[in-house]
Amino acid sequence: MPVNMIVCCKQVIDPEAPPASFKIDPASNQVIPPPGVPPVISPFDEQAVEAALRIKDSQGGKITVLSLGNNLLRDVVKKPLSMGADELILLEDPAFEGGDSWSTAYALTMAIKKIGQFDLIFCGRQAADWDAGQIGSGIAELLGIPSVTVAKKVEVADGKAKVERVLADGYQVIEVTMPALITVSNELGEARYATLKGIMAAAKKQPVIWKPADIGVEPGQIGAAGRKNKLLKLFQPVKEGKCELIEADSPAEAGVKLAQRLREAKLF
Amino acid sequence: MAEPKGVMVFGESVQGTLAAISGELLGCGKQLADALKEELVCILVGSQLGDAPKNAIAAGADKVYTVEDAMLADYQTDSYLMVMEKAIKDISPRILLMGQTSIGRDLAPRLAFRLGVGLAMDTVELSIDPQSRLLQETRPVYGGNARAIFVSEAFPQIATVRSKAMSPLAPDASKQGEVIPLKVELDPSKIRTKVLQTVKEELAGIKLEDAQTIICGGRGIGGPEGFKQLEELAKVLKGAVGASRPPCDNGWVPDTTQIGLTGKIVAPELYIAVGVSGSSQHLAGCSGSKNVVAINKDAEANIFKEARFGVVGDWKQVLPAFAEKVKELLAG
Repeated sequence: MPVNMIVCCKQVIDPEAPPASFKIDPASNQVIPPPGVPPVISPFDEQAVEAALRIKDSQGGKITVLSLGNNLLRDVVKKPLSMGADELILLEDPAFEGGDSWSTAYALTMAIKKIGQFDLIFCGRQAADWDAGQIGSGIAELLGIPSVTVAKKVEVADGKAKVERVLADGYQVIEVTMPALITVSNELGEARYATLKGIMAAAKKQPVIWKPADIGVEPGQIGAAGRKNKLLKLFQPVKEGKCELIEADSPAEAGVKLAQRLREAKLF
Repeated sequence: MAEPKGVMVFGESVQGTLAAISGELLGCGKQLADALKEELVCILVGSQLGDAPKNAIAAGADKVYTVEDAMLADYQTDSYLMVMEKAIKDISPRILLMGQTSIGRDLAPRLAFRLGVGLAMDTVELSIDPQSRLLQETRPVYGGNARAIFVSEAFPQIATVRSKAMSPLAPDASKQGEVIPLKVELDPSKIRTKVLQTVKEELAGIKLEDAQTIICGGRGIGGPEGFKQLEELAKVLKGAVGASRPPCDNGWVPDTTQIGLTGKIVAPELYIAVGVSGSSQHLAGCSGSKNVVAINKDAEANIFKEARFGVVGDWKQVLPAFAEKVKELLAG
């Protein structure tokens, strides 16, 4: 049975950028994008695309990718297409900027309602920028469909999804009726690379652009205006950084000295 | 709905006793309730709560609400959501705290969206603003590179709390408190999931969360063989072995050993990081450790910023000599 899938993907500042390049503008409470480091699709979202692709590989189906923001870089947001997704819809407008989990989940929900038909929605477990971890569950609640979060494996059979949900001390196999929303965790495994064929195909595809009016939302309900969680302050915690480096003539000697030093400090 | 009042902790029970995280939530909840001069209550949901209600009172709760039903034996989003939606409407707390656990991170966002209120996940500091009497929620963002303080203005204000971020009170077994059973009608037709199987992947030896000493291996370990050396050292030090994300993603060690933002949060006395670069998302899982020791050949590695002691060198040469000396010192 072909499965109709939607994957929500967020463009974020590359979380692998060197920590030293991370800077905040205290006046605007915003992160300054590190110069020369292009943004990426949030890694958990890429794995959400991978989860959908595995289902498409095994039983066919269609994958529509949904991204929200403003000034989205086409090379970045098209990556899921080059991995094998079929369509890309961008909710792109200045009014979508500065949202929290609430206003973003609301806009995505309205877009999903406009898409209409779907069996499964995939999201990353949390985005690499705000780490809020609310969007997936929020969309499911607003749509009134069941959700299973933090998945490491997803299969579809007999009109139901079977999901392995990661727990602290193992995992749980959960069966859920469809349509359903599933959030994906890193335990799913690495997302595939784009193939050359995929990149060529993606280059030819034009994303569909939807503005707030296209999905029937008022500017006051989305982006910064629709927030329920007010950001009071964004700051970098001060690190003391007082590391006592063990000096020695050889690595082995350093190992011996380290053991002695930890013993003196009564750490074992 | 009545006027919102008091602090409610969503407690979790493990085999008939209160989970450690719930004790931490009650410790933090007590401070918030005192600042508001209001009550601290705990709600426990499950099929066999055992001593957990008593534990919750000893841990600081003025009152404990219990919802016991065979249908609540396994956590399922829909059933627990029904219970909590009803409880919040009946009890109407100002603040609801949940643990950032398998349950909390699934239940809290659905509950917040159902109730139409804001939520801060994975918080590490909570305080009451004296003017507005609103809860201010501090949480790490950008993989631990920054922190953000949030406030929401609708009640209940909901926050999930990172494990080991708050201190429990010393249990007071003589403390009195009321235990109130709540009746919630569960409609099985509205539960759209079924738990087919629960698979435990517990590692042999001391649990990571309980270990006082942790030896953590990173990408620099290079493969599964290297982790055997870490295991040996852990045995000598009566500790446990953990890993940053790359060894888990590469299949060198089980996923359940992962320490970090999306893995386990640990806070041992001694944390020896071997071949770990110290990405922010890893430090999010171990920055509560009392003493971090770093062994890494890259002097610029971020882990040295977090460490109290460090050796710049190849772990393959440093570690055997270190382990030998540790054995010698312990024997002597």
